[in-house]
Amino acid sequence: MHEAMQQKSVLDFEAAFRRERLRQRIQFLVFGLLFALATWLAADISQFTFARLWEATPRMGDYLVRTLPELHLMSLPGDIAYWYYGFDRWLKLLFDTLLIALLATLFGAIGGLLLCFPASRNLVKNYTLYFVCRRFAEITRTVPEVVYALIFVVAFGVGPMAGLLALTIHSIGAQAKLYSEANENIDENPLEGLRASGANWFQVMRFGVLPQVLPNITTYTLWRMELNIRSAAIIGFVGAGGIGQELYHAISFNYYEDISAIVLMVVFTISLIDLTSERLRHRIIGRENLT
Amino acid sequence: MLQIRNLEKRFGTLKALQDVTLEIHSGEMVGIIGRSGAGKSTLLRCINRLGNPSAGTISWHDDPVSQLKGRALRQWQRRCGMIFQQFNLVPRLDVMTNVLMGRLSYRNTLLSLLRWFPREDRARAILTLERVEMAQFALQRADSLSGGQQQRVAIARALVQQPQLLLADEPIASLDPHNARRVMDILRRINREDGITVLCNLHTLDTARHYCDRVIGMRDGCVVFDGAPSQLDSGTVRQIYGVEHDADFNEGVTSTWLENDAAPVACTAT
Repeated sequence: MHEAMQQKSVLDFEAAFRRERLRQRIQFLVFGLLFALATWLAADISQFTFARLWEATPRMGDYLVRTLPELHLMSLPGDIAYWYYGFDRWLKLLFDTLLIALLATLFGAIGGLLLCFPASRNLVKNYTLYFVCRRFAEITRTVPEVVYALIFVVAFGVGPMAGLLALTIHSIGAQAKLYSEANENIDENPLEGLRASGANWFQVMRFGVLPQVLPNITTYTLWRMELNIRSAAIIGFVGAGGIGQELYHAISFNYYEDISAIVLMVVFTISLIDLTSERLRHRIIGRENLT
Repeated sequence: MLQIRNLEKRFGTLKALQDVTLEIHSGEMVGIIGRSGAGKSTLLRCINRLGNPSAGTISWHDDPVSQLKGRALRQWQRRCGMIFQQFNLVPRLDVMTNVLMGRLSYRNTLLSLLRWFPREDRARAILTLERVEMAQFALQRADSLSGGQQQRVAIARALVQQPQLLLADEPIASLDPHNARRVMDILRRINREDGITVLCNLHTLDTARHYCDRVIGMRDGCVVFDGAPSQLDSGTVRQIYGVEHDADFNEGVTSTWLENDAAPVACTAT
């Protein structure tokens, strides 16, 4: 064996192997240091210290305790009725929130679908078109929904319309991005088959790309719906309709028990929808994997 | 008649095709042989215009194929059917829809996007599927089929384009010998019965010998042989496959057929 280890090919490989390993270690070290530095900087800028975390945590507890309702075993039904005195109104507002989220998801999915094909590098020859679509999706996606909501509240007035528009615009950008990533991972042989038989670009997208990405698009859309419901509850804070508006009101006027009542309703609804949508998603993925 | 003049295709500094000049007559069944990387696929892709030639011209009858753009180009591609080694069907669509893809170029874009095809198209598709013995699979998804079945569906897709020319890029390279023969039999029948010109890349010599009226040998992007299969002697074969120094070049190495199939007989699809 010793003799074999002295052969030229073995020695050459051994040298190359050591060089490669050294390179990897240096790279790991350099990037590790950079990452550590960035973490320290980020903590410093955001004024994060463990001492502050330690000090403030009990205060957070105080606030939470204050929002708890007074419930007594003896008069439980009455106490709950008192706690949830606004149930009917909150339910209606929660329903508004759901509708905002659903419509925004629908419009976002349609817009995203239209935008995702020209925003996929492998599907368009014209670089300018690709660039414009990509950047457009980026701009709509990176501006937070709350910012859009603020703008639209000024333009359209307080109410669900502002929230719907804000979520829609954000959804279009986010979905275009997700869908186009799926587009960029497809098998391109079928597209070639269609092109070779004289199909035009639209037909290639419809029959070559869409069938391949449809399962992905479906799960991404359901996922966006979950996110939108959460966001729809938040953007109400700036007056864009739904339950968030009411929650903001309760928080700013220190109606402590209202806060817990509304938050519980929101959490319950979102969990319910998340569970359903997750099942639905898994069913779609599962069916795909079976065939 | 397909006329190719001084065709050249470069990928960066690599010349995949150099000065290829060929005339293919209508109704011919031509086999193109050569090693991997000899430029066979590149040549077919240039003819269908999936790839654009770097220099030279291609024309079909009086059409300047190498200069076509847009709609005219797509109409050329419709007349020039193509089948591939990897079949290139859309895996998640059913067989019928895959075949109807060959009719897309005849249809209004908007209606076709809604998946609307007239009854004639469906009738044409099912009749064509019957010809390649795949009609009973019409509603099955393409990815549930075997390789040989997928290739037959791909042939049906090319046929409903009503092509004048059919390009086959290594149609049997991914198939077992039995299915390979079945596909080649279909291609020859198309050639004989429909009078469609067939240009077929093959890397096995005996298939070319058996099925083609004419064989073109390519090496390093150049045409090094062009003639009847009977003219292929061991010297030219060595020249095409680049085995001059290998005294024991055995034609059987490039064979697709099973041992007991060694002498394929003329047969119709069973």
